[in-house]
Amino acid sequence: MLTKRIIPCLDVKEGRVVKGIQFVQLRDAGDPVELARFYDEQGADELVFLDISASHEGRKTMVDVVQAVAAELAIPFTVGGGIHTLDDMKKILRAGADKVSLNTAAVNRPELITEGADFFGAQCMVVAVDAKYDEDCATWVVYTHGGRVKTDWKVLDWVKEAVRRGAGEILLTSMDCDGEKKGFDIALTKAVSTAVTVPVIASGGAGGASHFSDIFLDGKADAALAASIFHYKETSVAEVKAYIKDKGVYVR
Amino acid sequence: MIAIIDYGMGNLFSVSKALERLGEPYCITNNKNEILSADGVIVPGVGAISDAMRLLNETGMADVLKDYAASGKPILGICLGMQLLFEASEENGGCRGLGLLPGTVVKIPGVTIQGEKYKVPHMGWNLLQLRRQSPILKNVEEGFAYFVHSYYVTTENEEIILADSLYDVSVPAVVGRNNVFGTQFHPEKSSMTGMEILKNFTVLVSERVSVK
Repeated sequence: MLTKRIIPCLDVKEGRVVKGIQFVQLRDAGDPVELARFYDEQGADELVFLDISASHEGRKTMVDVVQAVAAELAIPFTVGGGIHTLDDMKKILRAGADKVSLNTAAVNRPELITEGADFFGAQCMVVAVDAKYDEDCATWVVYTHGGRVKTDWKVLDWVKEAVRRGAGEILLTSMDCDGEKKGFDIALTKAVSTAVTVPVIASGGAGGASHFSDIFLDGKADAALAASIFHYKETSVAEVKAYIKDKGVYVR
Repeated sequence: MIAIIDYGMGNLFSVSKALERLGEPYCITNNKNEILSADGVIVPGVGAISDAMRLLNETGMADVLKDYAASGKPILGICLGMQLLFEASEENGGCRGLGLLPGTVVKIPGVTIQGEKYKVPHMGWNLLQLRRQSPILKNVEEGFAYFVHSYYVTTENEEIILADSLYDVSVPAVVGRNNVFGTQFHPEKSSMTGMEILKNFTVLVSERVSVK
Protein backbone atom coordinates (compact mmCIF):
# COMPACT_ATOMS: atom_id res chain seq x y z
CA MET A 1 0.00 0.00 0.00
CA LEU A 2 1.24 3.46 -0.82
CA THR A 3 1.82 6.02 1.90
CA LYS A 4 0.22 9.45 1.73
CA ARG A 5 2.85 11.97 0.72
CA ILE A 6 3.72 15.32 2.29
CA ILE A 7 5.27 17.63 -0.28
CA PRO A 8 6.86 20.98 0.48
CA CYS A 9 6.71 23.25 -2.55
CA LEU A 10 9.47 25.60 -3.55
CA ASP A 11 8.03 28.46 -5.59
CA VAL A 12 11.08 30.01 -7.16
CA LYS A 13 11.58 33.38 -8.72
CA GLU A 14 15.04 34.44 -9.89
CA GLY A 15 16.72 31.69 -7.90
CA ARG A 16 15.00 32.46 -4.60
CA VAL A 17 12.07 30.67 -2.97
CA VAL A 18 9.01 32.86 -2.64
CA LYS A 19 5.41 32.16 -1.67
CA GLY A 20 2.45 33.85 -3.23
CA ILE A 21 -0.28 35.01 -0.90
CA GLN A 22 -3.27 34.66 -3.26
CA PHE A 23 -0.62 34.67 -6.05
CA VAL A 24 0.13 38.37 -5.76
CA GLN A 25 1.97 39.36 -2.60
CA LEU A 26 5.39 37.76 -2.62
CA ARG A 27 7.75 37.21 0.31
CA ASP A 28 11.31 35.96 0.11
CA ALA A 29 11.56 32.72 2.07
CA GLY A 30 15.05 31.60 1.24
CA ASP A 31 17.59 29.71 -0.74
CA PRO A 32 16.24 26.69 -2.68
CA VAL A 33 19.29 24.50 -2.03
CA GLU A 34 19.20 25.17 1.69
CA LEU A 35 15.48 24.45 1.82
CA ALA A 36 15.85 21.26 -0.23
CA ARG A 37 18.44 19.92 2.21
CA PHE A 38 16.30 20.96 5.18
CA TYR A 39 13.19 19.18 3.87
CA ASP A 40 15.05 16.05 2.87
CA GLU A 41 16.40 15.71 6.41
CA GLN A 42 12.98 16.47 7.90
CA GLY A 43 11.35 13.52 6.18
CA ALA A 44 9.59 15.20 3.26
CA ASP A 45 8.37 12.56 0.80
CA GLU A 46 8.97 14.66 -2.27
CA LEU A 47 9.60 18.23 -3.39
CA VAL A 48 7.95 20.34 -6.02
CA PHE A 49 9.93 23.13 -7.60
CA LEU A 50 7.89 25.71 -9.49
CA ASP A 51 9.24 28.67 -11.41
CA ILE A 52 6.16 30.79 -10.72
CA SER A 53 7.00 33.63 -13.03
CA ALA A 54 7.91 31.48 -15.99
CA SER A 55 4.62 31.54 -17.85
CA HIS A 56 4.17 35.26 -17.32
CA GLU A 57 7.55 36.38 -18.52
CA GLY A 58 8.24 33.51 -20.86
CA ARG A 59 11.31 32.77 -18.82
CA LYS A 60 12.77 29.27 -18.87
CA THR A 61 13.28 27.41 -15.62
CA MET A 62 16.82 27.85 -14.45
CA VAL A 63 18.40 24.50 -15.17
CA ASP A 64 21.41 25.06 -12.93
CA VAL A 65 19.25 25.93 -9.93
CA VAL A 66 17.37 22.68 -10.54
CA GLN A 67 20.70 20.86 -10.68
CA ALA A 68 21.92 22.43 -7.46
CA VAL A 69 18.71 21.52 -5.64
CA ALA A 70 18.59 17.99 -7.07
CA ALA A 71 22.18 17.34 -5.97
CA GLU A 72 21.04 17.68 -2.35
CA LEU A 73 18.14 15.27 -2.58
CA ALA A 74 17.69 11.56 -1.94
CA ILE A 75 13.94 11.99 -2.47
CA PRO A 76 11.99 12.64 -5.67
CA PHE A 77 11.55 15.99 -7.21
CA THR A 78 9.10 17.58 -9.66
CA VAL A 79 9.88 20.68 -11.70
CA GLY A 80 7.39 23.02 -13.34
CA GLY A 81 7.34 26.42 -14.91
CA GLY A 82 8.49 27.50 -18.34
CA ILE A 83 8.22 24.05 -19.87
CA HIS A 84 6.78 24.39 -23.37
CA THR A 85 8.44 21.74 -25.52
CA LEU A 86 9.72 18.17 -25.45
CA ASP A 87 13.20 19.67 -25.49
CA ASP A 88 12.44 21.70 -22.34
CA MET A 89 11.34 18.47 -20.64
CA LYS A 90 14.57 16.70 -21.61
CA LYS A 91 16.65 19.52 -20.16
CA ILE A 92 14.76 19.46 -16.86
CA LEU A 93 14.82 15.68 -16.47
CA ARG A 94 18.53 15.63 -17.29
CA ALA A 95 19.11 18.34 -14.70
CA GLY A 96 17.92 15.88 -12.07
CA ALA A 97 14.17 16.18 -11.89
CA ASP A 98 12.07 13.03 -11.68
CA LYS A 99 8.94 14.54 -13.13
CA VAL A 100 7.97 17.65 -15.02
CA SER A 101 4.85 19.65 -14.36
CA LEU A 102 2.92 21.42 -17.12
CA ASN A 103 0.33 24.09 -16.50
CA THR A 104 -0.33 26.90 -19.00
CA ALA A 105 1.57 25.12 -21.78
CA ALA A 106 -0.66 22.05 -21.46
CA VAL A 107 -3.84 24.11 -21.68
CA ASN A 108 -2.49 26.03 -24.68
CA ARG A 109 -1.39 22.86 -26.46
CA PRO A 110 -2.72 19.66 -24.88
CA GLU A 111 -0.72 17.57 -27.42
CA LEU A 112 2.36 18.46 -25.35
CA ILE A 113 1.16 16.10 -22.60
CA THR A 114 0.97 13.25 -25.11
CA GLU A 115 4.37 14.06 -26.61
CA GLY A 116 5.97 13.96 -23.18
CA ALA A 117 4.11 10.82 -22.09
CA ASP A 118 5.05 8.98 -25.29
CA PHE A 119 8.71 9.78 -24.81
CA PHE A 120 9.17 9.72 -21.03
CA GLY A 121 6.17 7.69 -19.86
CA ALA A 122 3.02 9.03 -18.24
CA GLN A 123 4.58 8.71 -14.79
CA CYS A 124 6.86 11.66 -15.57
CA MET A 125 4.05 13.95 -16.62
CA VAL A 126 2.38 16.04 -13.95
CA VAL A 127 -0.37 18.41 -15.04
CA ALA A 128 -0.76 21.34 -12.65
CA VAL A 129 -4.24 22.85 -12.50
CA ASP A 130 -5.12 26.18 -10.90
CA ALA A 131 -8.80 25.93 -9.99
CA LYS A 132 -11.25 28.60 -8.87
CA TYR A 133 -14.93 28.18 -8.12
CA ASP A 134 -17.18 29.99 -10.56
CA GLU A 135 -20.67 30.93 -9.35
CA ASP A 136 -22.11 31.22 -12.88
CA CYS A 137 -20.86 27.80 -13.96
CA ALA A 138 -21.61 26.33 -10.51
CA THR A 139 -18.33 24.44 -10.71
CA TRP A 140 -14.57 25.01 -10.68
CA VAL A 141 -12.90 26.64 -13.67
CA VAL A 142 -9.27 26.35 -14.86
CA TYR A 143 -7.01 29.40 -14.73
CA THR A 144 -3.61 29.74 -16.41
CA HIS A 145 -0.65 32.15 -16.37
CA GLY A 146 -0.20 31.89 -12.61
CA GLY A 147 -3.89 32.44 -11.97
CA ARG A 148 -4.22 35.54 -14.11
CA VAL A 149 -6.13 34.16 -17.09
CA LYS A 150 -9.50 32.44 -16.89
CA THR A 151 -10.04 29.67 -19.43
CA ASP A 152 -13.16 28.00 -20.83
CA TRP A 153 -12.20 24.69 -19.24
CA LYS A 154 -14.20 23.32 -16.34
CA VAL A 155 -11.74 21.65 -13.96
CA LEU A 156 -13.41 18.23 -14.03
CA ASP A 157 -13.42 18.20 -17.84
CA TRP A 158 -9.84 19.36 -18.10
CA VAL A 159 -8.35 16.85 -15.66
CA LYS A 160 -10.07 13.99 -17.48
CA GLU A 161 -8.78 15.31 -20.80
CA ALA A 162 -5.27 15.74 -19.36
CA VAL A 163 -5.24 12.15 -18.09
CA ARG A 164 -6.63 10.86 -21.39
CA ARG A 165 -3.71 12.61 -23.09
CA GLY A 166 -1.12 11.05 -20.78
CA ALA A 167 -0.92 12.96 -17.49
CA GLY A 168 0.40 10.67 -14.76
CA GLU A 169 -0.44 12.92 -11.83
CA ILE A 170 -2.54 16.02 -11.14
CA LEU A 171 -1.22 18.86 -9.01
CA LEU A 172 -4.42 20.61 -8.02
CA THR A 173 -4.24 24.11 -6.55
CA SER A 174 -7.32 25.75 -5.12
CA MET A 175 -7.05 29.47 -5.84
CA ASP A 176 -9.96 30.04 -3.44
CA CYS A 177 -8.04 28.49 -0.53
CA ASP A 178 -4.48 29.39 -1.46
CA GLY A 179 -2.78 31.64 1.10
CA GLU A 180 -5.78 31.62 3.44
CA LYS A 181 -4.41 28.89 5.76
CA LYS A 182 -7.95 27.71 6.53
CA GLY A 183 -7.49 24.23 5.12
CA PHE A 184 -7.32 22.53 1.74
CA ASP A 185 -10.29 22.58 -0.63
CA ILE A 186 -11.88 19.26 0.30
CA ALA A 187 -14.81 19.40 -2.13
CA LEU A 188 -12.62 20.28 -5.11
CA THR A 189 -9.96 17.68 -4.28
CA LYS A 190 -12.46 14.91 -3.68
CA ALA A 191 -14.27 15.71 -6.93
CA VAL A 192 -11.03 15.59 -8.93
CA SER A 193 -9.53 12.60 -7.13
CA THR A 194 -12.59 10.47 -7.74
CA ALA A 195 -12.86 11.66 -11.38
CA VAL A 196 -9.40 10.54 -12.48
CA THR A 197 -7.37 7.35 -12.23
CA VAL A 198 -4.05 9.03 -11.45
CA PRO A 199 -2.72 10.40 -8.13
CA VAL A 200 -3.89 13.86 -7.07
CA ILE A 201 -1.75 16.28 -5.07
CA ALA A 202 -3.87 18.76 -3.12
CA SER A 203 -2.44 22.26 -2.87
CA GLY A 204 -3.46 25.58 -1.38
CA GLY A 205 -4.76 26.41 2.06
CA ALA A 206 -2.64 24.37 4.49
CA GLY A 207 -2.52 26.13 7.84
CA GLY A 208 -1.89 23.33 10.31
CA ALA A 209 -1.50 19.60 10.79
CA SER A 210 -5.24 18.87 11.04
CA HIS A 211 -5.74 20.23 7.53
CA PHE A 212 -3.54 17.43 6.21
CA SER A 213 -5.51 14.62 7.86
CA ASP A 214 -8.72 16.24 6.57
CA ILE A 215 -7.53 16.33 2.98
CA PHE A 216 -6.35 12.71 3.09
CA LEU A 217 -9.30 11.23 4.96
CA ASP A 218 -12.13 13.40 3.54
CA GLY A 219 -10.63 14.87 0.37
CA LYS A 220 -9.24 11.57 -0.97
CA ALA A 221 -5.93 13.22 -1.86
CA ASP A 222 -2.90 11.04 -2.56
CA ALA A 223 -0.48 13.74 -1.54
CA ALA A 224 -0.67 17.19 -0.01
CA LEU A 225 1.52 20.13 -0.83
CA ALA A 226 2.33 23.22 1.20
CA ALA A 227 4.88 25.99 1.15
CA SER A 228 4.70 28.84 3.62
CA ILE A 229 3.77 26.88 6.75
CA PHE A 230 6.90 24.82 6.22
CA HIS A 231 9.15 27.62 4.96
CA TYR A 232 8.34 29.88 7.90
CA LYS A 233 8.59 26.90 10.29
CA GLU A 234 5.06 27.33 11.58
CA THR A 235 5.02 23.54 11.67
CA SER A 236 7.36 20.85 10.36
CA VAL A 237 6.92 17.88 8.05
CA ALA A 238 7.76 15.60 10.98
CA GLU A 239 5.09 17.22 13.18
CA VAL A 240 2.46 16.93 10.46
CA LYS A 241 3.32 13.26 9.87
CA ALA A 242 3.17 12.40 13.57
CA TYR A 243 -0.21 14.09 13.86
CA ILE A 244 -1.84 12.49 10.81
CA LYS A 245 -0.41 9.05 11.61
CA ASP A 246 -2.27 9.32 14.92
CA LYS A 247 -5.44 10.05 12.94
CA GLY A 248 -5.03 6.85 10.95
CA VAL A 249 -3.28 8.13 7.83
CA TYR A 250 -0.63 5.73 6.47
CA VAL A 251 2.68 7.61 6.25
CA ARG A 252 6.35 6.77 5.80
CA MET B 1 34.72 2.69 -12.46
CA ILE B 2 30.96 2.37 -12.89
CA ALA B 3 29.52 3.25 -16.29
CA ILE B 4 26.10 4.91 -16.20
CA ILE B 5 24.56 4.21 -19.57
CA ASP B 6 23.45 7.30 -21.47
CA TYR B 7 21.04 6.32 -24.23
CA GLY B 8 19.06 9.55 -24.24
CA MET B 9 16.53 8.67 -21.57
CA GLY B 10 16.89 8.59 -17.86
CA ASN B 11 17.75 10.43 -14.75
CA LEU B 12 21.53 10.30 -15.10
CA PHE B 13 22.14 13.22 -12.82
CA SER B 14 20.43 11.77 -9.73
CA VAL B 15 22.14 8.41 -10.10
CA SER B 16 25.54 10.04 -10.61
CA LYS B 17 25.02 12.31 -7.58
CA ALA B 18 24.14 9.28 -5.46
CA LEU B 19 27.39 7.57 -6.54
CA GLU B 20 29.28 10.76 -5.69
CA ARG B 21 27.84 10.66 -2.19
CA LEU B 22 29.15 7.08 -1.91
CA GLY B 23 32.56 8.17 -3.17
CA GLU B 24 32.33 5.82 -6.14
CA PRO B 25 34.04 6.79 -9.42
CA TYR B 26 31.72 6.77 -12.44
CA CYS B 27 31.38 7.92 -16.00
CA ILE B 28 28.27 8.72 -18.00
CA THR B 29 28.75 7.16 -21.39
CA ASN B 30 27.37 5.69 -24.58
CA ASN B 31 30.81 4.57 -25.73
CA LYS B 32 31.11 0.84 -26.43
CA ASN B 33 34.72 0.44 -25.21
CA GLU B 34 34.10 2.49 -22.10
CA ILE B 35 31.08 0.35 -21.22
CA LEU B 36 32.81 -2.98 -21.86
CA SER B 37 35.87 -1.98 -19.81
CA ALA B 38 33.79 -0.69 -16.85
CA ASP B 39 33.79 -2.63 -13.56
CA GLY B 40 30.07 -2.12 -13.12
CA VAL B 41 27.20 -0.84 -15.25
CA ILE B 42 24.05 1.01 -14.23
CA VAL B 43 21.17 1.23 -16.70
CA PRO B 44 18.92 4.10 -15.58
CA GLY B 45 15.71 5.07 -17.25
CA VAL B 46 12.49 6.92 -17.17
CA GLY B 47 9.83 6.71 -19.80
CA ALA B 48 8.48 4.36 -22.37
CA ILE B 49 10.21 1.01 -22.83
CA SER B 50 9.58 0.85 -26.58
CA ASP B 51 11.40 4.17 -27.10
CA ALA B 52 14.22 3.02 -24.85
CA MET B 53 14.66 -0.29 -26.70
CA ARG B 54 14.53 1.49 -30.05
CA LEU B 55 17.31 3.84 -28.91
CA LEU B 56 19.37 0.95 -27.50
CA ASN B 57 18.98 -1.02 -30.72
CA GLU B 58 19.67 1.93 -33.03
CA THR B 59 22.88 2.81 -31.21
CA GLY B 60 24.04 -0.79 -30.98
CA MET B 61 24.03 -0.44 -27.21
CA ALA B 62 21.62 -3.36 -26.76
CA ASP B 63 24.29 -5.78 -27.99
CA VAL B 64 26.99 -4.04 -25.94
CA LEU B 65 24.92 -4.51 -22.77
CA LYS B 66 24.29 -8.18 -23.59
CA ASP B 67 28.05 -8.69 -24.12
CA TYR B 68 28.78 -6.86 -20.90
CA ALA B 69 26.36 -9.00 -18.89
CA ALA B 70 27.86 -12.15 -20.43
CA SER B 71 31.27 -11.09 -19.06
CA GLY B 72 29.94 -11.73 -15.54
CA LYS B 73 30.53 -8.18 -14.28
CA PRO B 74 27.76 -6.58 -12.17
CA ILE B 75 24.95 -4.75 -13.94
CA LEU B 76 22.08 -2.88 -12.25
CA GLY B 77 18.94 -1.68 -13.98
CA ILE B 78 16.87 1.00 -12.28
CA CYS B 79 13.12 1.49 -12.89
CA LEU B 80 12.71 1.39 -16.68
CA GLY B 81 16.33 0.20 -16.74
CA MET B 82 15.25 -2.87 -14.74
CA GLN B 83 12.33 -3.54 -17.06
CA LEU B 84 14.71 -3.42 -20.05
CA LEU B 85 16.61 -6.41 -18.60
CA PHE B 86 13.61 -8.69 -19.18
CA GLU B 87 12.53 -10.59 -22.28
CA ALA B 88 9.60 -8.54 -23.51
CA SER B 89 7.13 -5.78 -22.70
CA GLU B 90 3.55 -5.15 -23.73
CA GLU B 91 3.96 -1.35 -23.39
CA ASN B 92 2.90 0.70 -26.45
CA GLY B 93 1.93 -2.35 -28.49
CA GLY B 94 4.77 -4.57 -27.34
CA CYS B 95 8.51 -4.88 -27.85
CA ARG B 96 11.40 -7.20 -27.03
CA GLY B 97 13.77 -6.45 -24.16
CA LEU B 98 17.40 -7.35 -23.53
CA GLY B 99 16.44 -10.82 -22.28
CA LEU B 100 19.00 -10.95 -19.46
CA LEU B 101 16.32 -12.03 -16.98
CA PRO B 102 13.26 -14.23 -17.59
CA GLY B 103 9.92 -12.46 -17.50
CA THR B 104 7.55 -10.04 -19.19
CA VAL B 105 6.67 -6.43 -18.44
CA VAL B 106 2.91 -5.85 -18.25
CA LYS B 107 0.61 -3.00 -17.26
CA ILE B 108 -0.55 -2.69 -13.65
CA PRO B 109 -4.23 -3.69 -13.99
CA GLY B 110 -5.74 -0.64 -12.23
CA VAL B 111 -8.72 -2.71 -11.10
CA THR B 112 -8.85 -5.41 -8.45
CA ILE B 113 -10.27 -8.89 -8.97
CA GLN B 114 -13.34 -7.62 -7.10
CA GLY B 115 -13.73 -4.87 -9.71
CA GLU B 116 -12.52 -2.03 -7.51
CA LYS B 117 -10.56 0.63 -9.40
CA TYR B 118 -7.27 2.02 -8.12
CA LYS B 119 -4.73 4.50 -9.40
CA VAL B 120 -2.02 3.87 -11.97
CA PRO B 121 0.87 4.84 -12.10
CA HIS B 122 2.01 3.25 -8.88
CA MET B 123 3.55 6.47 -7.65
CA GLY B 124 4.92 7.04 -4.18
CA TRP B 125 6.48 5.31 -1.19
CA ASN B 126 5.69 1.65 -0.67
CA LEU B 127 6.96 -0.91 1.84
CA LEU B 128 9.71 -3.18 0.61
CA GLN B 129 9.16 -6.81 1.63
CA LEU B 130 12.34 -8.85 1.59
CA ARG B 131 11.88 -12.28 0.00
CA ARG B 132 15.33 -13.77 -0.52
CA GLN B 133 18.85 -13.14 0.68
CA SER B 134 21.17 -11.52 -1.78
CA PRO B 135 24.38 -9.49 -1.57
CA ILE B 136 22.42 -6.57 -3.09
CA LEU B 137 20.15 -6.59 0.00
CA LYS B 138 22.88 -6.93 2.62
CA ASN B 139 22.07 -4.84 5.73
CA VAL B 140 18.84 -3.64 4.09
CA GLU B 141 15.89 -3.74 6.49
CA GLU B 142 12.24 -3.61 5.53
CA GLY B 143 11.68 0.03 4.72
CA PHE B 144 10.00 2.33 2.25
CA ALA B 145 11.13 2.82 -1.33
CA TYR B 146 10.00 5.33 -3.94
CA PHE B 147 8.21 3.90 -6.98
CA VAL B 148 7.04 5.62 -10.14
CA HIS B 149 5.83 3.22 -12.79
CA SER B 150 2.78 1.98 -14.66
CA TYR B 151 4.15 -1.40 -15.76
CA TYR B 152 5.55 -4.24 -13.69
CA VAL B 153 7.41 -7.49 -14.19
CA THR B 154 5.72 -10.85 -14.20
CA THR B 155 7.86 -13.96 -14.14
CA GLU B 156 7.47 -17.66 -13.55
CA ASN B 157 10.99 -17.73 -12.11
CA GLU B 158 10.10 -16.75 -8.55
CA GLU B 159 13.70 -17.21 -7.43
CA ILE B 160 14.81 -14.01 -9.18
CA ILE B 161 12.42 -11.90 -7.04
CA LEU B 162 14.52 -10.74 -4.08
CA ALA B 163 12.03 -8.21 -2.69
CA ASP B 164 8.54 -7.12 -3.59
CA SER B 165 5.90 -4.52 -2.72
CA LEU B 166 2.17 -4.91 -2.63
CA TYR B 167 0.06 -2.65 -4.83
CA ASP B 168 -2.98 -4.82 -5.54
CA VAL B 169 -0.57 -7.05 -7.46
CA SER B 170 2.76 -8.19 -6.07
CA VAL B 171 5.27 -5.86 -7.71
CA PRO B 172 8.80 -7.30 -8.02
CA ALA B 173 10.84 -4.52 -6.44
CA VAL B 174 14.34 -5.97 -6.36
CA VAL B 175 15.29 -8.69 -8.84
CA GLY B 176 18.54 -10.46 -9.42
CA ARG B 177 20.32 -13.51 -10.73
CA ASN B 178 24.09 -13.99 -10.75
CA ASN B 179 25.58 -10.65 -11.83
CA VAL B 180 22.34 -9.09 -13.15
CA PHE B 181 20.29 -6.94 -10.75
CA GLY B 182 17.39 -4.56 -10.98
CA THR B 183 15.24 -2.32 -8.79
CA GLN B 184 11.77 -1.24 -9.88
CA PHE B 185 11.93 1.70 -7.47
CA HIS B 186 14.49 4.49 -7.61
CA PRO B 187 17.21 3.68 -5.04
CA GLU B 188 18.75 7.10 -5.64
CA LYS B 189 15.43 8.62 -4.54
CA SER B 190 14.60 6.20 -1.74
CA SER B 191 16.44 7.85 1.10
CA MET B 192 18.50 5.54 3.39
CA THR B 193 17.04 2.25 2.12
CA GLY B 194 17.91 3.11 -1.45
CA MET B 195 21.38 4.36 -0.66
CA GLU B 196 22.13 1.08 1.17
CA ILE B 197 21.21 -0.90 -1.96
CA LEU B 198 23.36 1.33 -4.17
CA LYS B 199 26.21 0.92 -1.68
CA ASN B 200 25.82 -2.88 -1.89
CA PHE B 201 26.07 -2.66 -5.65
CA THR B 202 29.31 -0.68 -5.42
CA VAL B 203 30.65 -3.32 -3.00
CA LEU B 204 29.83 -6.04 -5.56
CA VAL B 205 31.66 -3.99 -8.16
CA SER B 206 34.79 -3.51 -6.03
CA GLU B 207 34.83 -7.15 -4.83
CA ARG B 208 34.83 -8.24 -8.43
CA VAL B 209 37.65 -5.80 -9.18
CA SER B 210 39.75 -7.09 -6.30
CA VAL B 211 39.50 -10.77 -7.34
CA LYS B 212 40.25 -10.30 -11.01
